[in-house]
Amino acid sequence: MEETNTHDKHTHGYGIYVLVWLALIALTGLTAAVAGINFGKLSIVVAIFIAVVKSYLVLTEFMHLNSEERTFRVFIFVALFFILVSLTLLFSDYSFNVNIR
Amino acid sequence: MSPNEEVVVHAHRDDIRSRMGMWLFLFSELLLFGGLFFMYSVYRFTHQQDFSIASKEMNTFLGTLNTIILLTSSLTMALSITAMRKGKKGLSIFFQIVTILFGLSFMVNKVIEWSHEFKVGNFPGSELLSARPRGQILYFGLYYSMVGLHGLHVIVGMTVIGFMTVFTIRNKITPDNYVKLEAAGLYWHLVDIIWIFLFPLFYLIT
Repeated sequence: MEETNTHDKHTHGYGIYVLVWLALIALTGLTAAVAGINFGKLSIVVAIFIAVVKSYLVLTEFMHLNSEERTFRVFIFVALFFILVSLTLLFSDYSFNVNIR
Repeated sequence: MSPNEEVVVHAHRDDIRSRMGMWLFLFSELLLFGGLFFMYSVYRFTHQQDFSIASKEMNTFLGTLNTIILLTSSLTMALSITAMRKGKKGLSIFFQIVTILFGLSFMVNKVIEWSHEFKVGNFPGSELLSARPRGQILYFGLYYSMVGLHGLHVIVGMTVIGFMTVFTIRNKITPDNYVKLEAAGLYWHLVDIIWIFLFPLFYLIT
């Protein structure tokens, strides 16, 4: 019979969650602190990068993606990939078409 | 519990597919917010100065506080599932209620922020906002719609977790069958992730 609860074999203890939470709070502090420094055009890149790292922590630890079946990760990869494709196409259009501005 | 008993209990259930169904729903949420994020990125790209000026009016302290509140509520949500898995029903209920209370305090802060804006007269369609440069009107339009939609999700999430608490009390959610609680948790964490992006994009533009 198929195992219905594979991910229960992995223990999600209280400790790891508190550690992840501490990291998330630290990264929030970092985002707020970095916002005070003017990196010019890089500011938005830094802010998005920190947000991506935080999301990764929430997805893998809090949402248990690290212990889910591979299929879940494939699904999410496909979903995020299509968002990235749409964003790229959108911005290639806006960057080259001066008239829109 | 012997392994045989476990098989009997789980015979008509498929927790993995239940969670997968929840994830598919979350992807539709991703599309909903994704479209708004696309719109935001284009308008920020075309009106960089105005976005920067308008974002200076945001209350960064309340924004940071709300980020910490929501992240902590995600922690308590995750802890409530662990407590349930370990068979600690009371502790799980405690963490669920704490999660709802964090959600509530998030909304209280939002009310403080928004009622200030409305008092000043800075809301969509107001004379004050309409007289401002186009980029700033766009910024506040996006702010109210995106943060507002996120706020609605927080309210829905709190309601769903409230139902889970009732289910837990009535033993509909047990250490052996807690996939409902997991699904509610997934929703709550997604709402958290959306805020992780909204916070720097609206409050911290340099």
